[in-house]
Amino acid sequence: MSIATATRGRTQGGALSVSLEGRLDVRTTGRVWRETEELIDKEPLAPLVLDVSKLKYLDGAGVALLMHLQLRQERAGLHFDIVGLTLEHARLFELYESGAKKELPPEPPPRSGVEQIGRYGVAFLADLAEMTRFVGELASALANAIRHPRTVRWRETLRAAESCGADAVPIVALIVFLIGAILAYQGAIALQKFGAEIFVADLVALSLVREIGPLMTAIVLTGRSGSAFAAEIGTMKVREEIDALSTMGLSPTRFLVIPRVLAAVWTTPLLVVLANFCGLIGGAVVYLSLGFSMTSYVNQVSSTIDLSDFLGGLFKAFCFGIVVAAIGCIRGLQTGSGASAVGISTTRAVVTGITLIVIGDGIFSVAFYYLGI
Amino acid sequence: MSLAPAIRLENVSLGYGSNVVLRDVNFDVRQGEVLVLLGGSGCGKSTLLKHMIGLHAPFTGRILIHGRDLVSARGEERNEILRSFGVMYQMGALFGSMTLLENVLLPLEEFTDLPREAMEAVAHMKLELVGLGHVLHHLPDEISGGMQKRAAIARAMALDPSILFLDEPSAGLDPATSAEVDHLIRMLKLHLGITFVIVTHELASIYAISDRAIFLDRETGTIVATGSPADLRDHSKIPGIRAFFRRQSEAVAYRSTS
Repeated sequence: MSIATATRGRTQGGALSVSLEGRLDVRTTGRVWRETEELIDKEPLAPLVLDVSKLKYLDGAGVALLMHLQLRQERAGLHFDIVGLTLEHARLFELYESGAKKELPPEPPPRSGVEQIGRYGVAFLADLAEMTRFVGELASALANAIRHPRTVRWRETLRAAESCGADAVPIVALIVFLIGAILAYQGAIALQKFGAEIFVADLVALSLVREIGPLMTAIVLTGRSGSAFAAEIGTMKVREEIDALSTMGLSPTRFLVIPRVLAAVWTTPLLVVLANFCGLIGGAVVYLSLGFSMTSYVNQVSSTIDLSDFLGGLFKAFCFGIVVAAIGCIRGLQTGSGASAVGISTTRAVVTGITLIVIGDGIFSVAFYYLGI
Repeated sequence: MSLAPAIRLENVSLGYGSNVVLRDVNFDVRQGEVLVLLGGSGCGKSTLLKHMIGLHAPFTGRILIHGRDLVSARGEERNEILRSFGVMYQMGALFGSMTLLENVLLPLEEFTDLPREAMEAVAHMKLELVGLGHVLHHLPDEISGGMQKRAAIARAMALDPSILFLDEPSAGLDPATSAEVDHLIRMLKLHLGITFVIVTHELASIYAISDRAIFLDRETGTIVATGSPADLRDHSKIPGIRAFFRRQSEAVAYRSTS
């Protein structure tokens, strides 16, 4: 057990004498620091002689204490002397002296509220400008891909399609099936009051095909695939793989973004078709439990929805697919440096994706209303 | 009476999974010595270092740090052994969300009872010692690679360890910055008596800082030579070592010895 002690005494000249003994290392210095401060605080105006002749060991923390005492006395304009410093300890003292005598520079002051708002505003506008540039670049690359299909990296596209399409089937099917059942139950409660439970089928069919199917599929895709795209591309950015592509003369948009956008564009409508089917089955299960027949359900559904409802939903899915993939990719490409950068990009991909999908859905609702779709 | 070794490896065999990289490794690192681990790429230098600092357990053998076995130690005893040395990783491994000062303060906050003022004084001293007193409120991303390496050394020294393990301290640095890091290592050895175990490929650094070098061979998975770098360079008949020090391909070195 290493022991260090500080004891108080008096020199022949009447100065306060503090003797330090034992091992003054990083583990023992904390206690000795406080003890020494207490001893000196009892006579704050006395000259100080520090006797270190009985110190067996001294390291950086111990030197910090000696320096601290010296500075404290000097600042108060009081005499300070160290006695008994061995050659070895003196060398250590000298090594750290320049650093220990400097004042710790103050931390930079925190930014004011106004400055922070300004910074957020500038960052928002810069993000908007970058999004706009990215949309233009993406549109140009998509047009080029349509004109020259051979330039598309189809293997990468198929891999992305499997990841964001086929692999998403179970979760999309389960969620929309449950939502179909929930809608039916909630609708039944309200419609029961009017003796109109039969219209539960109409409610489920119409809301699923026009709204819930595309919207829920897009939200699940954002959480699953948009975040995955951002993390994948973000990791590539951190590992300088994106820089390597650029210096090889390869466009990251053509190489990384187009395959993912194409994959999402064709898998999202397919997922929506599946989602509509599963949601209708969920609704049917509840409908049958209310005492109606399957024939009645099919009749009600087919009389309620027509082709334009179905195609309108698919068109929304097509657009949502582009948004999910594009946002995932751009957030990945915007990844900064540091351990948290990829996590930040992933979060931003999900937040921006869901926000834009809901805004887009609102715009579609208004447009469809005026177009009579 | 000779001093006990700072580090001793006894019959250590190590590797990854079922792949044995080095077998029957035995050597001592004397107190206050700068030992350099040398060898071609893939010979197991970094793997050996990772085992010496307790990141991986060897298949067999003992790794004694100041006489205490790191391999068999558990709980608080193991933590005490781990705190008796500092490590500088190849890329610095500074925590990106913390300033340099906070990086150096972290071990002091966690493992000492120093007053806050004392912790800041110690951290400041360490950063001044490595020449970074003017950027201590900067984040690691805001300073150069060489500065990051020096900051990593300051963090490794926060608890005044008697042993420092450095993985490629000069890699990726320009010759002038590399020389600064070498000077720092020499100064720490001279003034603080720190024992160093260093993995490096930089010939200039090897000559400048090391007392002794251990040369590892990929083919046999063993230590093939031990000695001062100058001895190994001038007197070794092993083609791999001659090639290493003369910056030749091994085939050319083999022809020149035969």
